[in-house]
Amino acid sequence: MYLADIYGKQTCVKAGIVPEDLVWRNPAYRPEMAGVAVPHGVYVHIAGVDIVRIDADDFYVLEDNARTPSGVSSLLGGREICFRLMADLYGAHKVAPVDNYPDELVSTLRSVAPRGTTDNPTVAMLTPGQFNSAYYEHSFLADKMGVELVEGRDLFVRDACVYKRTTEGPKKVDVLYRRVDDDFIDPLAFRPDSMLGVPGLFGAYAAGNVTLANAVGTGAADDKAIYTYMPEIVKFFLSEEPILKNVPTWRCRDPKDLSYVLDHLPELVVKEVHGSGGYGMLVGPQSSKMEIEDFRARLKASPETYIAQPTLALSTCPSFVNSGVAPRHVDLRPFVLTGANGMKIVPGGLTRVAMREGSLVVNSSQGGGTKDTWVVEL
Amino acid sequence: MRIRIQHRTAYIYEEPAAAIIQVLRLTPRNHEGQRIRYWRIDMDQDVQMQSGEDAFGNVVHNICFTRPLDDLTVTVQGEVETHETHGVVKGTMERFPPGLYLRETPLTQSDVALRKFARDRAGKGAVLDQLHKLMEAIHREMEFNTKPTDVETPAAKAFELRSGVCQDFSHIFIAAARSLDIPARYVGGYMLRTDGQIRQEAGHAWAEAYAPDIGWIGFDPANNLCPSLTHVRVSAGLDYLGAAPVRGSHQGGTAERLETTIMVEHIGAQHQQQQQR
Amino acid sequence: MLSRTADNLFWLSRYVERADYLARILETTSRLSVLPAAYAGDSNEWTRALATAGCLNAFLAIYEKPTAETVTEFLAFSEQNPSSIRRCLETARFNARAVRTALTQETWETINGAWLDLQKMDERDMVTNRISRFTEWVKDVALRIDGSGYRTMLRNDAYWFLRLGFFTERADNTARILDVKYHILLPESSAVGGGLDYSQWTAILRSVNALTAYRWVYRESLKPWLIADLLILNEELPRSLASCYKNIVECLDSLAGAYGRQGKAQRQARTIRTSFENSVIDQVFQTGLHEFLTSFIADNNRVGAAIIEQYL
Repeated sequence: MYLADIYGKQTCVKAGIVPEDLVWRNPAYRPEMAGVAVPHGVYVHIAGVDIVRIDADDFYVLEDNARTPSGVSSLLGGREICFRLMADLYGAHKVAPVDNYPDELVSTLRSVAPRGTTDNPTVAMLTPGQFNSAYYEHSFLADKMGVELVEGRDLFVRDACVYKRTTEGPKKVDVLYRRVDDDFIDPLAFRPDSMLGVPGLFGAYAAGNVTLANAVGTGAADDKAIYTYMPEIVKFFLSEEPILKNVPTWRCRDPKDLSYVLDHLPELVVKEVHGSGGYGMLVGPQSSKMEIEDFRARLKASPETYIAQPTLALSTCPSFVNSGVAPRHVDLRPFVLTGANGMKIVPGGLTRVAMREGSLVVNSSQGGGTKDTWVVEL
Repeated sequence: MRIRIQHRTAYIYEEPAAAIIQVLRLTPRNHEGQRIRYWRIDMDQDVQMQSGEDAFGNVVHNICFTRPLDDLTVTVQGEVETHETHGVVKGTMERFPPGLYLRETPLTQSDVALRKFARDRAGKGAVLDQLHKLMEAIHREMEFNTKPTDVETPAAKAFELRSGVCQDFSHIFIAAARSLDIPARYVGGYMLRTDGQIRQEAGHAWAEAYAPDIGWIGFDPANNLCPSLTHVRVSAGLDYLGAAPVRGSHQGGTAERLETTIMVEHIGAQHQQQQQR
Repeated sequence: MLSRTADNLFWLSRYVERADYLARILETTSRLSVLPAAYAGDSNEWTRALATAGCLNAFLAIYEKPTAETVTEFLAFSEQNPSSIRRCLETARFNARAVRTALTQETWETINGAWLDLQKMDERDMVTNRISRFTEWVKDVALRIDGSGYRTMLRNDAYWFLRLGFFTERADNTARILDVKYHILLPESSAVGGGLDYSQWTAILRSVNALTAYRWVYRESLKPWLIADLLILNEELPRSLASCYKNIVECLDSLAGAYGRQGKAQRQARTIRTSFENSVIDQVFQTGLHEFLTSFIADNNRVGAAIIEQYL
């Protein structure tokens, strides 16, 4: 709703719920998307919501991922491995299955095919190619979904429709599950030097002849600066309180918040607004004086690019490490699928583990691990 | 003032291109300062054109050829009547609040030098005043030269070279204005030359900036004036890429060669000349 | 199937076949080069090897003189030669990796395994001392890739594109071997006779794996026109031009059947096959062996281009 609004009527900006510059000057905002009617009104077909637990009943949303959340292959692969290692446990508990995720994903994607396409829309997955670090996940998932894994050069646009080149001639593509970033999907609309995209793809998309999942410009809803406004945004559109709370957050762009943050740096976690993968952040309690002072300087130089949060006592989970079984901090990323007929949540998720003792950084790019996650029926 | 425009672009391929796809922003729209009397785009090859409108309100045509072509000529011609508005642009299609035009793009990113230049030259006056000073300074300190820059040269680089073409002048103006928190955008179009020269090598480009209480105002730093009767506004965007007359890609074929001829003439003047004869 | 997938399969097998062919050239050349000069002939065998591989000019751009070491280095391992055995296997593996899911586990592991082995080899040592072990290994790799495909792959379009690559490349290679040595196959040169020609003839047959086959088919001593007959027109010999075209036509027909449509590639390949069926070797010699081979190589390239245009 928020995305439909910022690319449409812009009411929540006009009402002052979200500061103008966070929308218009957000690099992830795509002005080109304004006025584009996305098929079935769905922008974020696949979302990953990072959730943490800080005590018995308190869950917080740590971060939203609305671009192209990754990690589904770990979710499926983790289940497969655990099943082999501990098959008897699955027999003893009613563990909700996750193996149907690829099927659910395909049916979600089919449901959002442009109106007027055939009963049996063609879905394809667009990958940057075998040199991309996530290529394994792409080919794994495409295989499980039973859809073709295509690269930009396999596709072309003719008369505002997208086709794939096959040995039997051109075949129309209705839905593209794309794992290529906005910047690169169409050299005629975005970065002209992109070799990964399809010239004219955006034109076909704007004409309503192909569905892109996720939509272009969804990043405008998931960055860490917008995150802090999410409770207000939810209230504005739904007139309801959000069920899952946000982690209390100080916006360093606000001078009052900034001075608080600067005074309490050793206790806080400070993150870059546009950062991801656990880079460019400061975990106060675990940092040296020098690191803190260094960060203080960066904060003062460009406060608007940072937010700060209290250091959360993330819940831990027994983990098997070199020294035996020990507690390690975890968070949970369930995947939410949104199609033409509503939302589905796969009963499971990606549980990420900080492998280093005491560490709170669970990102896989920083040596984090993953765990199989069960949803058990009692 | 009535202005007639003919803009011909020929694409010649040494080896035929297997497929060509192009996005054209070649069609002007009415606003208070200009009325389109007629306008048409012609291709010398049969093709279906899909027309639409982009987010910035530009008229967009998508064309694609899927058969091999040796060459392709796109001819745009039309007649526009312009009215004096002293640079103020009103009655355009606006989807975004001015705040959007503070976004930086790769082509209009400012660097330390450019920001300092903007601060020093613009001074502390009213926004309109600052913008005029900025335009004068760019016109004064930049050298017009087609050699050192191309369509991909970002503002900061052209500024460092202190030379470029109207595109670079505009990018620098835009980057400088945005660094002062003044919304600014890129405009592509045609300009009638005052020296009577009709045939031109390239289209023209200038900038528009937003001043509170007035609205969007055109600034042509290459000519140090606010566009008026002589300027025909065709497209607008955050930078050249957003307003580019043609963005295209061709598959197969080698060495695309471009030949562009543009004729911009004052119809009244021709009329007068004829009468004098 | 995506055109790119078909393209990868087609080139994967072409490069494997080329690596095998280069290994055979190296082998026969080193055999000829150790013969006494009187038998081995005047001109440098190593120069001829480069001509057969079609990269004499590329070689001369880098090296001064063709010797056993330089040519072996160039044909087997050189990074600068885009069709050295090493580069061929690398390219084949690159293509295979792009279409892993279209290959069976067995085929992929054979190709990938070969590539991994290649990384571990000590080239210096190979060039000087153990080139025959290396060429044996290459031939073995080609056999295993071909065989694993034959034994494990579904008979669908993926398989046919893979086969097409093998046969198109193989036809080209056989034609080139003959063309570089055509002068010693001409009837008038047989008057010269003697040990020199005999060892050259043997070399030709060896390089296409047909020495034993010759004896089985003709049951007489080596005659140049019979060698040409075997390599060009005999459908029973797997590396003959006629056999390659029999297979190419079959693969293309299977594709046409599966897709319910045929085109230029099918027509052109069938024309070539029919011309083989209606030819006798005397005719070929009358029109000129060299002319015949040159025009075949061009026709074969045209079929390759038609396949690419139609499907890839």
